[in-house]
Amino acid sequence: MSRVVTLKIDDRDVSGRDDETVLEVARENGIDMPTLCQVDGLSSVGACRLCLVEVKGVPKLLPACTTYVTEGMEVWTSTERINRYRRQIVELLFSEGNHICAVCVSNGHCELQNLAIRLGIQHIDYPYRYPKATVDASHERFGFDGNRCVLCTRCVRVCDEIEGAHTWDVKGRGINSQVITDLDQPWGESPTCTSCGKCVNICPTGALFEKGKSVAEMTKRGEFLPYLTTMRGKKQR
Amino acid sequence: MTKKRVATVWLDGCSGCHMSFLDIDHRLLDLADAIDLVYSPLVDFKDFPDDVDVTLVEGAISSEEDLEKIQRIRSKTKVLVSLGDCAVTGNVPSLRNPVGVGPILQRVYLDEHPLGAAPDQVVPKLLPAVRPVHSVVQVDVYVPGCPPSADTIFHVVSELVAGRIPDLTDRTRFGA
Repeated sequence: MSRVVTLKIDDRDVSGRDDETVLEVARENGIDMPTLCQVDGLSSVGACRLCLVEVKGVPKLLPACTTYVTEGMEVWTSTERINRYRRQIVELLFSEGNHICAVCVSNGHCELQNLAIRLGIQHIDYPYRYPKATVDASHERFGFDGNRCVLCTRCVRVCDEIEGAHTWDVKGRGINSQVITDLDQPWGESPTCTSCGKCVNICPTGALFEKGKSVAEMTKRGEFLPYLTTMRGKKQR
Repeated sequence: MTKKRVATVWLDGCSGCHMSFLDIDHRLLDLADAIDLVYSPLVDFKDFPDDVDVTLVEGAISSEEDLEKIQRIRSKTKVLVSLGDCAVTGNVPSLRNPVGVGPILQRVYLDEHPLGAAPDQVVPKLLPAVRPVHSVVQVDVYVPGCPPSADTIFHVVSELVAGRIPDLTDRTRFGA
């Protein structure tokens, strides 16, 4: 059973349940911070590090989405140090892939683009990598463009946790990581994919898209997710 | 008041940023009172002059000629502005980077069309990778957008002419 705890976020006294994360309690209290891999309705993995916060007595920064609140905790969500790291993280995401916004299906509806705006990023200081990435257009209705993937693993989690198909996974390590379908087979030949489109709609960038969409035409509909999670939870009881 | 000496240059871009500049319409007349356009694709001066106050650079650095030009321009310019996504990020010209110069010329001049061979004279030699302007010279102001809107460009030029560095928060973005 969960207990109510009291803590300080950005010098404000707040309360939450001890089974809630710092991110949840902060947002309940109107304190927002940028996130990318986290999405309501899926498990949190702390992969993108954008929600890093400072916690009193802890020398390293902790991701708010996977850190649970405790009694007497003191958290800061927007210090100069944190904001500098957040800008660096988003700049690194831009430099790691081939994000050519002007010709992207998600131009104007992209969470990576929105993060750049929110953090005031108007150029990328890191050298671009220009990786050789693959495009998989073998699926009848959807496409995957690895140039635009930020490895948030939302597709992997929604396919596994909500659809129950586990078509998506990650191969490789570090900078060589890539999302794959099944055992790195063409998506169109996947025996597990149900073509439900959840991965496409939860993808924050134009990496997963519906075929037939041109530049700036791909709008995502992710609202279904918290709703699905809630309804399933109720059914199981 | 002495007029500001302003230049615009067109490197590897589509000229869309210059078109957007012209889209500021009647406000060009206000600007004309405040600036001398000393070098630009829009006017007929052959050589980049000395002592330029503000230079707007459209386009990425793609060829040996672009590189030589931007270094000369930088040395003669007080405030250098990366105008548009090609200058700021590499944008569409940089799509060739993961492929490489050799394979792309092979594809365009030999595989797709019977053009014989890629040109090796008159046209400038391509660099191994297309790069944003700030990766080869220091840039003072960044104006992302593909193209930046006429209002954004007018704001940038007006602020610079007034001797201020423009604040572009919420005015433009990558791909705008």
